[in-house]
Amino acid sequence: MSAIQPPAELVWWKQPLDKVEGTWIGIALVWSLFMFFMMPFWHIYGKQNLSSEAYKTTPQAYMAKTQAMVDQYTVRTETAAQLPVVRPPPGSDVYLLGRLWQWYPLLEFEKGQTYRLHISSMDWQHGFSLQPVNINTQILPGYEMVMTITPDTSGEQTIICNEFCGIGHHTMLGKIYVTEGGQ
Amino acid sequence: MSEETTNSGEPVRVPFMQRVLDNPFILLFIGIVFPTLFYIIWGIMEIVNIPIAP
Amino acid sequence: MSDNQFRICPESGLQFHKPAEMLMRAHAVVAVVILLIGGIAALLVTLTRWPAIHLLPADRFYQLLTMHGTNMLIFWMISFEIAVLYFCSSTLLRCRLATPRIAWLGFALMLIGIIVNNAAVASGTASVMMTSYVPMPANPNFYLGLILFAVGALIGCFVFLATLVVAKDEKTYEGSIPLVTFGALTACIIAVFTIASGAIVLIPTWLWSLGYINHIDAAMYRIVWWALGHSSQQINVAAHVAVWYAIAAIVFGARPLSEKVSRVAFFLYIAFLQLASAHHLLVDPGLSAEWKIFNTSYAMYLAVLASMVHGLTVPGSIEVAQRAKGLTNGLFEWLRKAPWGNPIFSGMFISLIGFGFIGGISGVVMGTEQINIIIHNTIYVPGHFHATVVIGSTLAFMSLTYFLIPTLFRKQVAFPGLAKWQPYLFGIGMSSFTLAMMGAGTLGVERRHWDMAFTNSALGFEYPASAFTLMGIMGISGVVAILGGAIFILVTVVSVFFGKSVESESSYGISATRLMRADPVVVPEGGHGAAGKWGFAAPGTFVLALFFLAIFVLYYAVNWKYLASVWPMS
Ligand code: HEM
Ligand SMILES: [Cu+2]
Ligand SMILES: [Cu+2]
Repeated sequence: MSAIQPPAELVWWKQPLDKVEGTWIGIALVWSLFMFFMMPFWHIYGKQNLSSEAYKTTPQAYMAKTQAMVDQYTVRTETAAQLPVVRPPPGSDVYLLGRLWQWYPLLEFEKGQTYRLHISSMDWQHGFSLQPVNINTQILPGYEMVMTITPDTSGEQTIICNEFCGIGHHTMLGKIYVTEGGQ
Repeated sequence: MSEETTNSGEPVRVPFMQRVLDNPFILLFIGIVFPTLFYIIWGIMEIVNIPIAP
Repeated sequence: MSDNQFRICPESGLQFHKPAEMLMRAHAVVAVVILLIGGIAALLVTLTRWPAIHLLPADRFYQLLTMHGTNMLIFWMISFEIAVLYFCSSTLLRCRLATPRIAWLGFALMLIGIIVNNAAVASGTASVMMTSYVPMPANPNFYLGLILFAVGALIGCFVFLATLVVAKDEKTYEGSIPLVTFGALTACIIAVFTIASGAIVLIPTWLWSLGYINHIDAAMYRIVWWALGHSSQQINVAAHVAVWYAIAAIVFGARPLSEKVSRVAFFLYIAFLQLASAHHLLVDPGLSAEWKIFNTSYAMYLAVLASMVHGLTVPGSIEVAQRAKGLTNGLFEWLRKAPWGNPIFSGMFISLIGFGFIGGISGVVMGTEQINIIIHNTIYVPGHFHATVVIGSTLAFMSLTYFLIPTLFRKQVAFPGLAKWQPYLFGIGMSSFTLAMMGAGTLGVERRHWDMAFTNSALGFEYPASAFTLMGIMGISGVVAILGGAIFILVTVVSVFFGKSVESESSYGISATRLMRADPVVVPEGGHGAAGKWGFAAPGTFVLALFFLAIFVLYYAVNWKYLASVWPMS
């Protein structure tokens, strides 16, 4: 029963390892290092990396920037609440905000073009979950995160809130429409 | 310090690493300092250094 | 002063100190009651997430999910762990427990904290999830309850450390502490860090909820909260690995393959395991890739290495013990002829396999910086951690309880026929539950979400039909697992409160006897590997380990491939 007794030897540090342990430690160490280096490798050669670009902001300042974009680039409205659908020019800064319980505004992108998508929250924490493409990030009040994205599939994507944000959490949806290029 | 005697009186030399592992308070120190430094303090520094939006 | 307060359990040979024994019983009983409350919440939550049933209204669902999370993850786990700490110090070291009165104070604070927190959640004014992310406010008593509990648990940790000091001073043992006690020490150290972080984050939040502080930064909160939230999982890991070693020793008389390797592996836990709190912040704004990579990988996956070592040495030590008894045919006779009808062993072994194959692999994969983008906050996440904290820790603690009923509580295990099946029902139900959740999460189904059909939303969304099927499988498997959990509670409650006492005598009144060192290793003729194969003492375990690695590598690669199909972003 020696695991629940003191070791048999007063000096156990010098005891030789069994071959099975030594071999497994070697294999597991190589695998651990491989997994570690895979992450920097993907930063250099992979295409899906979340940028760490972010700014401190306030709900008022962020709302103002978003509204300016909405006023300039709205192409139509949708739903009974007349939510604006905004089609910003490729390459531009796009502002999306989360608030109880809505993503504002709806967005329209062109396939193959790149956008600087800013996201922030007006109130509590929210989760940005773009489905079905499956991109998920955490959205905090007071912080504005920026990701540079290039939609490479066309069609309708839905933004689902995936951080619990109160009783309306499960109704908090938004849309990103991606049109074929050259339209 | 590296000499220890057993209850039956035989002296033994305990290697340095074993003495570290036998000392709960050194381990406690390491177990608090490492995550505080690498995870909490480094992380908070990064948050503090986020610039204000232009 | 407290001599002659000891008794020796005739079956196990363990020596119990009366005050320690009373404390262990109290903590274990509270833990099981909490498990019952958390389990009832689990049933209602599961029946709501099962789309065909969708039982509760939204507000009740979020309330009960909060109750399930705090009671299970924090109160059940840590209450049981304090009992484990006292067992591994006072009982295993044959030592009096240091300062029993202060230990009782800790117990009282924990109990009050549990009641205060649960009352706040039950009142409906604290449905904020266990994470209570600011600035969503909760009833101040929600935080206060957690703070009281944490202070109580911290006292328990210091009583454990003090008992180690007493045992050394009073020379109740010779040489180094037993490996299992070392594992408990690892859990205790991680607990101290966890609880201190909890205090740093929850005390200001409590003051904020009372109006004394006007702002708490959401990003700072998340960093420090996860030093509590994730590290508390690492307490569980260290504790259940210690329990695995203990059960291998108790059931098989297994000895660690090497003290050095197992202890260094625990040491890697102490130094690095807690960094993995970063798992939760991989898609948060503003944190650099360097910080994320270093922390999420526990500094180059050194703690994963440690878990892979324990995953080999625990079954490896069982294999060596079994081979020494003559079960040497083929690679797996030692395993086939293991006591599968004994819930102490079967629970422990299912815990080991489920923790490694489901919880461990999925955890490392989703904790990879970039892969987290396709997994964060989907129901994959609870899928992963039910494999670690339910199949891993909870099932290991259940197995240990079957051992403690006769030794600590001096009662016969009631309904032995049911107890025999309980680990299978719980373990297999939970495995299928977690795999279904991981599948649904891969399809983008969210966690903490009342309605995956989005019926009341202005803009709709439809998940593929397979996502609904998987959530249905999750529901059915969850109910099976809950049945397994209910049997556990039935067996323990009936045994402890209404059960027959064990026949043998074990009364207090003796003074402490000294703890003996393990018998020296007898090297078999022909060297260590002689009873094994290829010069390996545990060849069957090695083959299992390679099988594990193959699945790990494959699943890791599949997820990178999935990630590569997502929109490019930088
Ligand atoms: C048979 C037993 C159990 C079942 C069927 C079960 C079921 C569930 C379900 C359906 C969820 C909700 C997932 C979601 O919508 O996000 C959940 C969440 C959770 N469960 Fe369990 N559970 C069980 C046991 C446990 C145990 C033993 C623990 C801990 C030791 C645990 C810890 C948690 C935690 C921490 C959450 C997350 C709560 C949150 O998101 O805030 N569960 N469980
Ligand atoms: Cu939201
Ligand atoms: Cu939400």
